[in-house]
Amino acid sequence: MQYKMSNVDYNIPEDLRYTEQHEWLRIDGKTAYVGISDYAQHESGDIVYVEFTSGVNQTVDAHEKMCVVESSKAASDVYSPVSGKVVTLNVELEDNPEIINEDPYGEGWMFEIEMSNPSEAQELMTAAEYKKFIEEAIS
Amino acid sequence: MVDSSSLKKTPFYDAHVKHGGKIVDFSGWLLPVQFKGMSEEHNFVRTSCGLFDVSHMGEFMVEGPDALKFVDNLITNDASKLNVNQVLYTPMCRDNAGVVDDLLVYKYSNVKFFLVVNAANIDKDFAWCNEVKNKMKADISLKNLSDGFAQLAIQGPKAESILQKLTSVNLSQIKFYWFCEGEVDGAHCIISRTGYTGEDGFELYFKPSEGLHLYDSILKAGGNDIMPCGLGARDTLRFESKLMLYGHELDDETTPIEAGIAWTVKLNKPSFIGKQILSEQKEKGTKKILAGLEMIDKGVPRAHYDVYHAGGKVGYVTTGAQSPTLKKFIALAYVPPELSRLDSVVEIKIRDKFLKAKVVSLPFYKREKK
Repeated sequence: MQYKMSNVDYNIPEDLRYTEQHEWLRIDGKTAYVGISDYAQHESGDIVYVEFTSGVNQTVDAHEKMCVVESSKAASDVYSPVSGKVVTLNVELEDNPEIINEDPYGEGWMFEIEMSNPSEAQELMTAAEYKKFIEEAIS
Repeated sequence: MVDSSSLKKTPFYDAHVKHGGKIVDFSGWLLPVQFKGMSEEHNFVRTSCGLFDVSHMGEFMVEGPDALKFVDNLITNDASKLNVNQVLYTPMCRDNAGVVDDLLVYKYSNVKFFLVVNAANIDKDFAWCNEVKNKMKADISLKNLSDGFAQLAIQGPKAESILQKLTSVNLSQIKFYWFCEGEVDGAHCIISRTGYTGEDGFELYFKPSEGLHLYDSILKAGGNDIMPCGLGARDTLRFESKLMLYGHELDDETTPIEAGIAWTVKLNKPSFIGKQILSEQKEKGTKKILAGLEMIDKGVPRAHYDVYHAGGKVGYVTTGAQSPTLKKFIALAYVPPELSRLDSVVEIKIRDKFLKAKVVSLPFYKREKK
C-alpha cells in the first residue's frame, strides 16, 4: 500500500546508522545490533509475528534476509545491513512481537552480528541523511 | 507517495488529516487506514465507541410503481417481508448465482427503496441494476445518488448514548436493522441502526453540505468514550464477526450458499435472479464452502494463501489476521465441504511452509446481547 503522511514525528537517534529498507544499526566494537526504525514500526502498524530465517553462528552477507516481520497489514523482510556472523537473535520477539512497536531502538532489537567488514557500516546513512531520506519518501 | 490528483476525497478528508489519520488509497478513495493504531481502535469499538467515515459507499434510489417487484427480483433475500423503515442485508446475484455485490436495502414504501452498495462496485452495480430494470421493463426510476451522500458510522456499546446527545430522535426506539429520518446536530440524516463491526451502532447518511461539522461534533459529544477509527480496524472488526467483504469472501464467481450466508437466500420467493442455481446448490451442496480456521502452528494466514490437505491444494484463504479480540491467528477460507467440519485439520501454505490450522465455529466473535 502506498500513502503519504506528514503529521507524525519519528524518533531518529543520532548515534545509529540506517538503511533504505529502514533497518538501524548500532555499532558496539566489532559487533553491531540491528532492528527496524521508528518510522518502519509506525508504517507497519501493529506487529503480530516475527520469524527468524537465519540462525545463530550462520555467516551472512550484507543484504541477506534475516527475518520476516508481519503486521496487521502485511509481511515484510528484514535484511542484515552488514556482512558477518550471527551472534544472537532476539528470540523474545517471537513471543512478544509488539515490543518492536513499543521500543524499536531498545528492547525491540532483532539480531547481533559480528562484522567481518566494519567499513560496510560506515557506508550506511547517518541520522541526518536518513531523516532527509524519509522526508523525501513521504513528501 | 500517492498521486492524489486522480483519487477521490470524502468530505472528511481534512478531518482525518487533522486527527492524525494515516491516509491510503482504498479503491480510488483517499481514506484513513488508522489513527492511533489498528488494534487499539478495534478494541475501543468492542468496549466503547468508534467513529468511521464511510462516505465512499454507494447509494441508489429506486422509485416507482414496480419498485418492490424490481428489488425482489434483483436480490436473493425477501424484500416483500420488509416493514416500512426496516433494513435488509442481501446479496444480488447474476443468473449463474455469482454475487454482483452485497448491499443494504432500506424500505420507505412499496414504491420507494434506498440501496447501499460497496464503493468499489458502484459503477458495476448501477449498470447491472439498469440491465435488470430494462429486462423486466420495470416502471421505476433508478438514480445513483452516491455523490450526494456522506456517511458516518458510530459503532460500539456506547454509540447510542453518545449519538443521543446530538438528536431529539429517541434512538432507543430504533431497533437493530431499522431506520428513520431526523435531525442530528442540525443536519437532516437517515439514522440507521446498522453497522459493519459486529457491535451495536448507527450509520448516518446526509448531504455533505449539511453535515460537514458532524465528524467533529460526534467526537466532541463522545469525549473520552469515542475515537476516530480507520479502515484497518473496520476490516478486523467485520472479519471477527464473519461479515462479508466483497472481493474477499464474495465475488462474481462465488455464490451466497458457498459463502455460508444461505439465510439471505429465500428460495420460497416465486422467482429472483440466480434462483435456479441456488436451489440446486441448496439441495445438492457445493464444491466449496466458507470455513473458519484457527492456526495450530504459529504463523499469520493472509488473503490468497492456498489451503492444502493430504498433499494437494484444496482451497484458499479469503481473509486472515491476528484477531485483536481473541489474540489468535484466524482465517476465513474456502475449503471442500468434507473438510469444513469442526476440528478438521488443514494446512495453509505460508511462504514456503505448510502450517497446520483447524476448523472452528463461526463467527469468531459474537457480542453479548443486552
